Amino acid sequence: MNWLREFVRPKLKRLVGAGKEMPDNLWHKCPGCSQMIFHRDLEKYLHVCQHCGHHLRIGADKRLAMLFDEGAFEKITWDVPKPDPLKFKDTETYAARLKSARAKTGDQDALIAGVGRMNGLPVVVAALNFAFMGGSMGQAMGAGLLAAARKAVDEKAAFVVIPSSGGARMQEGILSLMQMARTTIAVDEVKEAGLPYIVVLTDPTTGGVSASYAMLGDIHIAEPGAVIGFAGQRVIEQTIRETLPEGFQRAEYLLEHGMVDMVVPRGELRDTLARVIDMLLNPEPGRRVDGSDQDIDLLEGEILPPARSHRPGAAPVPGDD
Amino acid sequence: MHNYLDFEKPIAELEGKIEELRHLSSDGQMNIADEVGKMQAKVDKLLVTTYQKLTPWQKTQVARHHDRPHAMDYINSLIDDFTPLAGDRQFAEDPAVVGGMGRFRGQSVVVIGNEKGSDTVARVRHNFGMAKPEGYRKAQRLMKLADRFNLPVITLVDTPGAYPGVEAEARGQAEAIARSIEVCFGIKVPFVSVVIGEGGSGGAIALAAANVVVMMEHSVYSVISPEGCASILWRDGDMAETAAGALKLTAQDLADLGVIDAIVAEPLGGAHREREQAIQSVGKEIDKQLAELAALPGDALRSARREKFLKMGTNGLA
Ligand SMILES: [Zn+2]
Repeated sequence: MNWLREFVRPKLKRLVGAGKEMPDNLWHKCPGCSQMIFHRDLEKYLHVCQHCGHHLRIGADKRLAMLFDEGAFEKITWDVPKPDPLKFKDTETYAARLKSARAKTGDQDALIAGVGRMNGLPVVVAALNFAFMGGSMGQAMGAGLLAAARKAVDEKAAFVVIPSSGGARMQEGILSLMQMARTTIAVDEVKEAGLPYIVVLTDPTTGGVSASYAMLGDIHIAEPGAVIGFAGQRVIEQTIRETLPEGFQRAEYLLEHGMVDMVVPRGELRDTLARVIDMLLNPEPGRRVDGSDQDIDLLEGEILPPARSHRPGAAPVPGDD
Repeated sequence: MHNYLDFEKPIAELEGKIEELRHLSSDGQMNIADEVGKMQAKVDKLLVTTYQKLTPWQKTQVARHHDRPHAMDYINSLIDDFTPLAGDRQFAEDPAVVGGMGRFRGQSVVVIGNEKGSDTVARVRHNFGMAKPEGYRKAQRLMKLADRFNLPVITLVDTPGAYPGVEAEARGQAEAIARSIEVCFGIKVPFVSVVIGEGGSGGAIALAAANVVVMMEHSVYSVISPEGCASILWRDGDMAETAAGALKLTAQDLADLGVIDAIVAEPLGGAHREREQAIQSVGKEIDKQLAELAALPGDALRSARREKFLKMGTNGLA
């Protein structure tokens, strides 16, 4: 059985397929190795370069579709706060920047969240869209993360957050900084409810997002090669006046320095998440009232909707058709 | 002798003349009392008019003034029996974050502050107030200590921001800041934070997620420095003055935005002119705020703090 054929369900196909990509844009240049990737291969390998393994940035909608069973989820909604609280203007007004980001993405802001099932388990996933003003955090993101966290608490669901952000949304000034506080409380509510809070750090996760909810997970998973850190590399270079060490602030560097639990390729992400969440939400799935052991699969079938079969650890391997 | 800021040039000239006159008259041949009195009145008037309408960029410069009282000045003046505590118990002691126990108006408290240092040697030793992960981890340790013994926490915020360096990143600067904010929201004791100078971004809020956040009249508190904002959004570091205005970083702006709870008036011409007066004004405000918080039980203190920050999502200028 092919993992990808199994994986790419109609809903996901619609999302990652003929949607927003231009029909004449059939080839993509890999930012990692500069080789050309055919658009079908891009979809097939979940936007991981088949030549060099580079994990390309992907939008929040694709993230959600990739992780939920059948790619199906219920979108979580919330009141989007009054935009442009400072009436900010740099070389362009914030209002105009916001408008064009909304037109470009079709979303209200950088965070999208959904509730659904992952291998039958209740999960809320909130993901950031780097394409929306660099995934920057303002009042709307604070509101979204809070709504998603509270949905997880209501549904007794695991909370998975997938940041991809350059940091605070400067155009909201001090109010964007306050979202570091607000989102910290939001994820704390999930943890206080005894539910798993899992962060999947993707490229890039820096600034105010990394220095708040993105670094407070029960489990930290990072995608290969993702840049994760507090300060931007240019700022650090200017401060220390040296070139930065090889691999600095990459996922593997954070693993080595004890900041993440594991670096997981995109193709294995869903299975890894499902396995971890299962262990945390169902600590004793085989235990029956009479204390006798029972086949775990059988019991799972009784208490949960039928789980989608999967090969643990299966990754999309180029040519694995 | 003052260190003058650029916009204080007219004041500097007048005060220079007064000095000159005093020097000339020291041989006792001239009676200069009248003249000096007149000029001093002029200086005072100039100080009032200048400091009444400081621009956001000018306030940024005042907030960063080297002669401004720094965290240790407040601690030395306001805290009796101050007992510094050192180290994060994991890696190192970070002199950019000072802290310890002491008595404020007789009551045991835990005080934590960003220290910038007051001369070149001290500034280097305190890393210009830019903390590394161990500084934030030490702050977490002290907040937890306060929580364990039910001692109020006072933080004094004055930092350009968290230190951007290779070692700081390697040791988890982002996690250290995030965890500090989390600890701020976990403790069940009265918690008052005062921005005494520069509230620089994540490095500041790591110590300032408090029940009551107070700012000095000419302090600033911002998501990014005006210089950083200018170079990113305007791609021109020279636009810092414009960025300072756009960021709405003054105490008055933050009060309008509902982000802070009170402003402490500074002496005429800024805290750096009358340091002890400025320090005592802050002491009075902390005393008042702690007295109000003392009435609340621990759980209420914690939940009120969380509710307060959760509400900061629909703010904005009319
Ligand atoms: Zn490649």
